Amino acid sequence: MTVIEEVSVPSPRDGDGGPLLEVRDLHVEFHTREGVVKAVNGVNYSVDAGETLAVLGESGSGKSVTAQAVMGILDMPPAKIPQGEILFRGQDMLKMSGEERRKIRGRRIAMIFQDALSSLNPVLSVGYQLGEMFRVHQGMSKKDAKAKAIELMDRVKIPAAAARVNDYPHQFSGGMRQRIMIAMALALEPDLIIADEPTTALDVTVQAQVMELLADLQREYNMGLILITHDLGVVADVADKIAVMYAGRIVERAPVHELYKRPAHPYTRGLLDSIPRLDQKGQELYAIKGLPPNLLRVPSGCAFNPRCPKAQDICRTDIPDLFPVTEPDGSELVGRASACHFWKETIHG
Amino acid sequence: MPDVTKTDVKTGAQDPVGGAPAVAALEAKPEKARSLWGDAWADLRRSWIFIVSSVLIFILLLITFFPGWFTSAEPILGDLSKHYLQKPKLGDIGSADWLGYDQQGRSVYARVIYGTRASIAVGFGTTLLVTLLGSLVGMIAGYFGGVVDSVLSRLTDVFFGIPFLLGTMVVLNSFPDRTTWIVIGALGLFGWTQISRVMRGAVITTKQADYVQAAKALGAGTPRIMFRHILPNTLAPVIVVATISLGVYIAAEATLSFLGLGLSGVSWGNDISDGGNQIRVAQWIMLYPSIMLSITVLAFIMLGEAVRNALDPKMR
Amino acid sequence: MGRYVARRLLQMIPVFIGTTLLIFLMVYALPGDPVRGLFGDKAGSPQVIAALRHQYGLDQPILVQYWHYMRDMILHADFGTQIASGRPVTDVLGDAFPVTLRLASLAFVIEVVVGIGLGIMAGMRAGRLTDNVVLLISLLLISVPVFVLGFILKVVFAFQLNWLPPNVNDSTNYNELLMPAIVLAAASLAYVTRLTRTSVAENLRADYIRTAIAKGLPKRRVVGVHLMRNSLIPVITYLGTDIGALMGGAVVTEGLFNIQGIGLTIYQSIVRREGTTLVGLVTILVLIYLVANLLVDLLYAVLDPRIRYA
Repeated sequence: MTVIEEVSVPSPRDGDGGPLLEVRDLHVEFHTREGVVKAVNGVNYSVDAGETLAVLGESGSGKSVTAQAVMGILDMPPAKIPQGEILFRGQDMLKMSGEERRKIRGRRIAMIFQDALSSLNPVLSVGYQLGEMFRVHQGMSKKDAKAKAIELMDRVKIPAAAARVNDYPHQFSGGMRQRIMIAMALALEPDLIIADEPTTALDVTVQAQVMELLADLQREYNMGLILITHDLGVVADVADKIAVMYAGRIVERAPVHELYKRPAHPYTRGLLDSIPRLDQKGQELYAIKGLPPNLLRVPSGCAFNPRCPKAQDICRTDIPDLFPVTEPDGSELVGRASACHFWKETIHG
Repeated sequence: MPDVTKTDVKTGAQDPVGGAPAVAALEAKPEKARSLWGDAWADLRRSWIFIVSSVLIFILLLITFFPGWFTSAEPILGDLSKHYLQKPKLGDIGSADWLGYDQQGRSVYARVIYGTRASIAVGFGTTLLVTLLGSLVGMIAGYFGGVVDSVLSRLTDVFFGIPFLLGTMVVLNSFPDRTTWIVIGALGLFGWTQISRVMRGAVITTKQADYVQAAKALGAGTPRIMFRHILPNTLAPVIVVATISLGVYIAAEATLSFLGLGLSGVSWGNDISDGGNQIRVAQWIMLYPSIMLSITVLAFIMLGEAVRNALDPKMR
Repeated sequence: MGRYVARRLLQMIPVFIGTTLLIFLMVYALPGDPVRGLFGDKAGSPQVIAALRHQYGLDQPILVQYWHYMRDMILHADFGTQIASGRPVTDVLGDAFPVTLRLASLAFVIEVVVGIGLGIMAGMRAGRLTDNVVLLISLLLISVPVFVLGFILKVVFAFQLNWLPPNVNDSTNYNELLMPAIVLAAASLAYVTRLTRTSVAENLRADYIRTAIAKGLPKRRVVGVHLMRNSLIPVITYLGTDIGALMGGAVVTEGLFNIQGIGLTIYQSIVRREGTTLVGLVTILVLIYLVANLLVDLLYAVLDPRIRYA
């Protein structure tokens, strides 16, 4: 498998010059009654400080499981990580003790979940839940923690923060709740934020506001951001680079605008074609045929082959490597790769 | 009564029923119906709790109907040549001597076997009574709502408010000769409230379901809506509560007998109560009916547990 | 909130009247006569019996008796007179109530500590060995009737091992009350265990627990604050309603261990057909039950901010 060189600008907080987070050949499997589900099969990606990586895929593609493995919040068992490394500032977190990892969680790497209503504790006030970060990680007093909580709520632009600090999650609107989740993730100014479908549960108008807030704060703190989503529309404006996942593997990776312009994998092309566009009003919307694969019985060869319009015999037998993608003249396309036997035809043809 | 009202059982749609095709088409989600009961059955067959309890209950029913198959000894007339202090011959499985004798020289084993019928009869009889009575009241209250509901709900509260055992004790104390029917009646009088509450809740939930509204809009009459559309959806929670209460009523009957207010005649509770006076010298008089009683109650409670797990997806 | 309480209190009135009337009717409409019972085997002279019946108001129509009884009770806190002893029922109650309260309190503590403890153990390891063992124990506790459990404990701990006294002579001695309290607590304890187990297992899968872990909270905080705060809500509400059940359920336990509490007094009143005493005691139990239920509902709103009463 080819590892693509990342061009990274060392940030002021980045001491050793390597990427902030690097996932190497990660495998995750779930041991269930029905059998072993291989949810993640050799994923590689990296994020630098100040950089946004969008991880794109349908449900079951392994994008959330990878993130949970990075975060260290997988339930083990049933989950198991038989292979791989997760390097945070060059140190493999999978080799750390539980306590060392706990200290990274929330403080250095924070996570934002999809459904803020169920992800916030329903019986504790938002002020308590925000303040908890400071109390646990910094030993702050209850009173100071509450002041900090109000400050945070202000920062994520929640109106009348001081008056609402003692309210409970259900008393906020969906967008406000997601802002509280963001505030919680930001609390200790982490180096990396993982946002798992942060806007999926929100109204379209609110989605943009929340995304914008997240992007602004990321710039302000120079944080790395991993944005997990199934929605190509969300990532265009905020992401620097994209990794597309399918059946537990990365099938394509590219700088964001490159990917939109010239997808190098039939799956990515399908995703792009199924975005509704204003200039194609009245036409039937494209949809990728078939269903996402059953992870208990992943098709042989390229997992996408049963749904792929370009599938040939080789696709049913050989799992494609993540090939570096080049221009037709052979010149390098920085940061691009595709796990398709026919990437050349897909991108240039 | 234990609180099993909080059982949250999924109410799938019922089997498709005959009648106006338009209504049937609107209401029916036959796939889902089959999967509720089908899934439940598939779950039950795999559950060790269900298998163990079914086997136990099958044996208990055999004893109930054919006590003569299990012992040839006489449960009522004592043999005064048999002294109650003589230790049971535990090696002599199935003989009259097996579990020893009581103060009147009656075989404890025979008493245990013949006492089964009383407990099983009270258990099933009371459960049937409370299920019918409770379902009826709960259904009327839930379906009609308004004043009818208020009155019936307060009535339910009144009967629920009186401690179960105390209420039945007061009633039974007035009858010197307490037959099975009287005991069933007394237990049922204070026992129906729970099923009534469960039924009322289930009816109110179902009543708001789209397909019931659709049936109403299409002009289906009240009895039809009640019995064809609502009733089948309330079955699951009622069955769960009823199964568990089988065991509870058997225990209640024995408790009443123990207090001297239960069945007249051969019953485990009476024997345990009598044996209680001899626990220092002849524990077996009390011990074996106690074990039999506990196993019986356990069997029905386990069955209820298994049924609940099968019908309630949240418990999985 | 105030309006909700007011509405609930108003709803309690018909239930209270209904319950007391029902028990009153049952006691007086069913055959048997407490005055004749006074004379035992000897038949009292008809004049004396008639005079006594008049004195206790037993010769009046039943609804009139009920009306007088309730009026005296509400206006003068007069629950009538125990015919057998001639003492006011309030006195009898004053003797018996603290005894039952001590017994029920001890049982309650056992129920809370052991029940919740076992439930958490099982819920945290749902589906594994511990869970199945706890399930089996709780099923056994539910299945073995109270009086059987009482006998078994008596035989083992009092007669065989001689660790605990078989009967309670001094109801202020918690050592003596321990065994009856365990017996009284057993079934409720099993329910608390099951309820806690289900609640913990369910909440453990909740998203906010995942959030708490992702926040880097130490495990004891994830469990102690986030998991417990949510899981114990249904348990606490059950425990609230169970206080009344423990007091009413003491009939068998108090009989078994010869404890002179409310249960035994009720039992004796039933057997002796002491209507006034019985009605007085049951009224108290019903009141406790109604008030406990109301308090539980209000407590629910305090524990779970999502609940708002209109």
